[in-house]
Amino acid sequence: MSAMEIIGAILLLIGSAFLFLGGLGIYRMPDTYNRLQAGTKATTLGAMSLILGVGFLEPSWMIKTLIIIIFIAYSNPISSHALARANYKRKHFPLILHGDVKEMDAYREVTEKEENKEEKK
Amino acid sequence: MKQLTLKEKAERFIINWVFLMLVWLMFTKTFFWQEVVVGAVTTMLISLASVPLFTCCTIKIFSPVRIFWIFYYFWVFLAALIMANFDVARRVLTPSLPINPGIVKFKTKLKTPFAKMVLANSITLTPGTLSVDIIGDTFYIHWIDVKTTDPDKAFKDIAEPFEKVLLKIF
Repeated sequence: MSAMEIIGAILLLIGSAFLFLGGLGIYRMPDTYNRLQAGTKATTLGAMSLILGVGFLEPSWMIKTLIIIIFIAYSNPISSHALARANYKRKHFPLILHGDVKEMDAYREVTEKEENKEEKK
Repeated sequence: MKQLTLKEKAERFIINWVFLMLVWLMFTKTFFWQEVVVGAVTTMLISLASVPLFTCCTIKIFSPVRIFWIFYYFWVFLAALIMANFDVARRVLTPSLPINPGIVKFKTKLKTPFAKMVLANSITLTPGTLSVDIIGDTFYIHWIDVKTTDPDKAFKDIAEPFEKVLLKIF
């Protein structure tokens, strides 16, 4: 095995380990927002590492895998932000375990303002 | 639409040209001189025509200090991303699931929409935080382990290391 192949194999292993942890996080977390937290971070680094590993195993694909990595790093956080925001607009409020709900959920005031505006109309 | 100065036009033109040329080289995967010349001419024409169109992503590239900060930001971001993954791994693998979720808000000093987007994306990929919404200059962040609900302290904990660098870039 050449050095490139060993690096590629290690990257594949790291990537799949993080993807597994992301999946486990989605299974274990109690509500949508926490699942998004686990899902976004673990899948971003997991997929990046996995694809870079493929690039090391097949050096002729390297440049294309780098483009894919840039797109993943850009689009993953945007999509999770859109999911979280849409989820809140559908009135699925985040789980609050400790403390006062009003105080712990700062975004509630914004949605309440919007609701009041709609009622006035 | 505000009138662009010559410097701003040149900046946009150079950014577009370099970016398009990189994409061209990546997709053709050759440095044969005919391919490179055709690519350079085509991308130059496209970026000349699109100078008034791209309004979002201007970076002041004529000062080398900013280029240095962009590279510095890349490393700060990568370190935060790796930290975030170990943070998620620790939480997921602990049997008692140590979370204390909530949404906090704070204000940012960044002005342009592009800078705010970069900051929001960075926040999403750093340990335990997920940006839910941006209204004006207020960020609403879902935090997996709320330590404080005070906006100033939350800002210090979540966004300060990124914003310091981003203020120097934009």
